Amino acid sequence: MLIYLARRLALAMVTCAAISVLTFVIIRLPPGDFVDAYIANLAVGGSSVSAEQAAAMRREYGLDRPVVVQYGLWMGKVISGDFGVSMMWKRPVTEVIGDRLWLTMAVSFAALLLTWVIALPIGIYSAARQYSVGDYIATTLGFIGLAIPNFLLALILMYLGFRYLGLSVGGLFTPEYAQAPWSWGKFGDLMVHIPLPAAVLALAGTAQLIRIMRANLLDELRKPYVVTARAKGISEVRAVLKYPVRAALNPFASSSAYLFPYLVSGSIVVSLVLGLPTVGPLLLQALVAQDMFLAGTIVLLLGVLTVIGTLISDLLLMWIEPRIRLQGRA
Amino acid sequence: MTAIGLTDDRLAQATQLQLTWWRFRRHRLAVISLVIVALFYLGAVFADFLAVADPHATDARRSFIPPQGISLFDDGAFRPHVSGLKGVRDPKTFKLVYTPDPSRKLPVVLFAHGYPYLLFGLIPTDRHLLGIEGGQGVDGIFLLGTDQLGRDLFSRLVVATRISLSIGLAGVAFSLMLGILLGGVSGLYGGAVDTLIQRVIEVVRSIPTIPLWMGLAAALPNTWSVTQVYFAITLIISLVSWTELARVTRGRFLALREEDFVIAAELSGAGQMRIILRHMLPSFASHIIAATSLALPVMIVSETSLSFLGLGLRPPAISWGILLQDAQNVQVLAGAPWLLSAAVPVILVILAFNFLGDGIRDAADPYG
Repeated sequence: MLIYLARRLALAMVTCAAISVLTFVIIRLPPGDFVDAYIANLAVGGSSVSAEQAAAMRREYGLDRPVVVQYGLWMGKVISGDFGVSMMWKRPVTEVIGDRLWLTMAVSFAALLLTWVIALPIGIYSAARQYSVGDYIATTLGFIGLAIPNFLLALILMYLGFRYLGLSVGGLFTPEYAQAPWSWGKFGDLMVHIPLPAAVLALAGTAQLIRIMRANLLDELRKPYVVTARAKGISEVRAVLKYPVRAALNPFASSSAYLFPYLVSGSIVVSLVLGLPTVGPLLLQALVAQDMFLAGTIVLLLGVLTVIGTLISDLLLMWIEPRIRLQGRA
Repeated sequence: MTAIGLTDDRLAQATQLQLTWWRFRRHRLAVISLVIVALFYLGAVFADFLAVADPHATDARRSFIPPQGISLFDDGAFRPHVSGLKGVRDPKTFKLVYTPDPSRKLPVVLFAHGYPYLLFGLIPTDRHLLGIEGGQGVDGIFLLGTDQLGRDLFSRLVVATRISLSIGLAGVAFSLMLGILLGGVSGLYGGAVDTLIQRVIEVVRSIPTIPLWMGLAAALPNTWSVTQVYFAITLIISLVSWTELARVTRGRFLALREEDFVIAAELSGAGQMRIILRHMLPSFASHIIAATSLALPVMIVSETSLSFLGLGLRPPAISWGILLQDAQNVQVLAGAPWLLSAAVPVILVILAFNFLGDGIRDAADPYG
């Protein structure tokens, strides 16, 4: 188990490093550097910067040094919590992002839990009652879930809600709580609003996991030990749940590892459609305005938090999956 | 095997390809999906011919005209026609609104003259499948209505098929190259190289893709032409999706490496390239095809999402994502729900490719 844990941790570190390099590339990609953009920004306001001042700024920000050194400087600042200043908002990036990052994670994690809670029982049911009406309904819903991209689903729900119920289904808070400081009331309000976006996000992953769970459990149910268990007169529920389900969980668990990044990804687009106060809309604004420090920070934090989230979901699954827990001990 | 219902003679003589095809044919949904996919690509090739109006032509007077079907019969006789449009002044806003006028019947004709275009990009012509005779002013065929700028949605949808479907193919071609190369190397040599490539795949898969794509796509210079952006977007999308193909290729290589016929070929002194191309490739080509057809819908959705966000292809390029961008606003959507019609081909194509891929995978598996 320790080996497994160490391996997971090492991989998470490497992933974080890869994300930081990619983020740096994104920040550096637009033509010109931060100082050029800053000067252009000032020029719009009517003031100008002399060539010497620009050179001084470049020296101060280390922009005259080689790219690798710049990356090192930037990483150093990031690790000490200094993410730079947003050009668009003229405020520190962390202040601009605020709660949005946590709300993104909350929505994605809710979607992850929902995926598991829905997919597991339906998958088991579909396999145990193969070719029953319920199985067909689950399979059909699964295919539809696979085929509708989640932002389209969000759009369709928005339209239906607006057209037939006359209400706006978007947002994570009712207006009176939107600007309010955190309180139990606001938290409760969030809990009321979170199921819909979470469900929209969870649909595709649920469809996939149902299919995986059904296929694995079907393979398992055909094995002789299940027949033996039945022959010995164990009740059907016990015969299915006691061993076959646990054995079928392994591929279910390993595919879950890629579910969280996928959900975080999806939440960006869905947030835009549903108007959720997550980092999605902010990231789009920042990218359109070429506010690269803000955009880069969002990509970086989102990536790192996703890696941590995946790690947590791995640990959760390790807890239910003895074969991973006992790896390397035998 | 007997389920295919053939005599043993034919079964014994059949080639691998024939066997696969027979098994595939039994999978009814997959066959239907194959037809749907083929029709879509055919539609993409003949997009301009199928379009009823210039997809780029704007006309403020035609703004938000609702969909209008073609009436097939007139007084009991087969005479396909559409109604002409009549301008009515809105009593509240004093705006001129165009509504169908059933008293004016405009006959629909086949192979009508319309806007000029190049068929297959080569032959200049102005023939279109459908057109109307004697139309004046804003009259036209509005199968799916028009958008805010008065562009015909059906024509735009048909022309968008070209970009949306070809970006999938181009992207898959890129990731196929990467996937087969890295997956093949990984499976063939094993050891440290394999471990390294596997770790790279795990890292790539645990990065949330959309924020990354958004960042990369937004960094494309504004001055780039439509074609340059098109290829850049294809590259960005395939940067992530090669991992699945690499995984499949590696799995097949690992499985086949131990097979008797490969060892026999090795012992007979066949070169490595010959073993791979001559002996191994035929037995895993179908798996690659299946993985490819499952990768295509992912590409199409990726492009649609990026363009929907306004970070993918840019107008005047037309893709399904760009069409859906117009439907982003609920207020607009409530007034003109037909703007959502671009969702239909997206869902249809994704479903068809998924069933097709499943069908090929089942058919290619000799133990299935």
